[in-house]
Amino acid sequence: MAKLYTPAMAKIEKKRAKRKGKVRPSTPGREAWKRLRRNRLAIAGMIILIALILVAFFADFIAPYGIDEQMLKERNQTPSSKHLMGTDNYGRDIFSRIIYGTRISLPIGFICVIIAFAFGGTLGAIAAYYGGKVDNVIMRIMDIFQSIPPMLMAIAIAASLGNGVVNLVFAISISTMPARSRIVRAAILTVKRNDYIESARAIGANSSRLLIKYMLPNAIGPILTSFTFSVATAILTVSSLSYIGLGITAPTPEWGSMLSAGKELMRQAPHVLIFPGLMIMITVLALNLFGDGLRDALDPRLK
Amino acid sequence: MLRYIIKRLIWMIPVILGVLCIVFILSEITPGDPVDQVVGYDAPPEVREAMREAMGLNDPVIIRFFRYIAKVVTKGDLGTSYASGNPVLTELLARFPNTLLLTFASVIVALLIAIPLGVISAVKQYSVIDNASMAFALFGVSIPQFWFALMTLLVFAVKLKWFPASGIEKFSGWVLPVAMIGIANVGNLARITRSSMLEVIRQDYIRTARAKGQKEIAVVVKHGLRNALIPVIANVGNTIGVSLGGAVIAESIFSIPGVGKYMLDAINGRNWPSVQGGIVILAFAFSVTMLVMDLLYTVIDPRLKAEFKAKNKIAVKKKTIREAA
Repeated sequence: MAKLYTPAMAKIEKKRAKRKGKVRPSTPGREAWKRLRRNRLAIAGMIILIALILVAFFADFIAPYGIDEQMLKERNQTPSSKHLMGTDNYGRDIFSRIIYGTRISLPIGFICVIIAFAFGGTLGAIAAYYGGKVDNVIMRIMDIFQSIPPMLMAIAIAASLGNGVVNLVFAISISTMPARSRIVRAAILTVKRNDYIESARAIGANSSRLLIKYMLPNAIGPILTSFTFSVATAILTVSSLSYIGLGITAPTPEWGSMLSAGKELMRQAPHVLIFPGLMIMITVLALNLFGDGLRDALDPRLK
Repeated sequence: MLRYIIKRLIWMIPVILGVLCIVFILSEITPGDPVDQVVGYDAPPEVREAMREAMGLNDPVIIRFFRYIAKVVTKGDLGTSYASGNPVLTELLARFPNTLLLTFASVIVALLIAIPLGVISAVKQYSVIDNASMAFALFGVSIPQFWFALMTLLVFAVKLKWFPASGIEKFSGWVLPVAMIGIANVGNLARITRSSMLEVIRQDYIRTARAKGQKEIAVVVKHGLRNALIPVIANVGNTIGVSLGGAVIAESIFSIPGVGKYMLDAINGRNWPSVQGGIVILAFAFSVTMLVMDLLYTVIDPRLKAEFKAKNKIAVKKKTIREAA
């Protein structure tokens, strides 16, 4: 990714390409996409993710029953053609609830990571850009935050604030912020000393322009990779917290809280426990596969 | 070297103060009145007011903050549990060994499985063994720990009855919780070992070792693994942190009387001193482990030691020059 590449150049190349017709210029992004396309596992992960997002959008059309539709005569049924994944102890169709669950786990996972990167990333970028004392102070504060293991920190914050989506997102974002700031810091540090940064400075680019227009686009590779893995971790944390009763609570069809409710039924209706966990695993697996592929595609030196 | 160790030791002080500060802030933002938990919601106002005064809740935040820090630092007093009336520290210390044992057992088991797995994968890259163990590793990091625990409970405790579903009175009670926390660690550490080993195996000194006719096993273990282990060891600290978090959930699933279960029970009972005490204890344990790991790391990686020595030599040289002048 450490190639000389600026937005202005891309514009010029686009114009040139238009003039010539078919010739497509090679940009780092296109090169990476070419490499990613060849990685079958990564593409599989991507397809699963796209499918999950589509399911979330069209949940109303896919789910055969409503979220809270209780069929009291059909309680604790094992999977059948009428109820693909069976029913729970209130006679609710598990398949429908899992379908609606995509609307919760995926967006929350993404939002947590976006917030963690927005705050942590900004701090990390500032630390890397200014270096010296600023770097020292910011990173030592992050060190202190990291001396509480993230899961524990999330439990502590979620417990203090109480249940609810907003509190859960806050808990997970804050607890993962230090790790994200480290990733952005490291990424910026690797591009900071390049000549094109020096030349941009020489033309008179100010700090924010240097950071946003020159450093960030060139450092985006490891950040994107880590973003994907972070969403996977965030989804796992959301479901774990909901499972122990600190996140999203019972009637909402979040996969972790569905498992929490199903725990009591382990002996009578074990099928209630299988499918929500399977869905979490498939989602996280898809993210990890895509992340692995992304890492290999964006940094071909590795592997 | 000594300077680094001293510096690292002194750094523990702000870390612990910082943790206490975070815990105090969390207790401040917690909604609800602590007096409710001590005397009950329906206590008469004068009783409540007296309790409030006795607990020091009428003082300004700053005073309460310093009082809290002073109490913890000088007397190791983490407050009294609302539920039992006993000091939180005593209750925590009784449970702490279980949590520690669970965490370390699962990290050690994970290392014992992950390192051979990663080494074999790297040595036989792209073979069936490599693909299988990397697929296993990927599942390990993707499976929700608590769900894995529920599934093993379902199969091995409820159906097959090989292991007890809860408690640690019998040794077999440890198997499922350790497996639950270990599974994610195995995945992670095996992947790290593999990529680190792959890098080492392509180095010149490995080719030299082979060229001088060393046995393959000696090349892989003595020349390869020793060098490849450094990033793995660097990751053990992190793994312990993740495992501590996992232990909290494992204890609640398998009803193990540890700090995690104690904390989660306290959260449900709104017994905040116990929750905060648990966080302080676990964060303290984690900080100490990180300290030990950092120090160990400098011992294990000879390159770091050499760097320190070189720096010292330069410093000594500069000093003698200055003195001569």
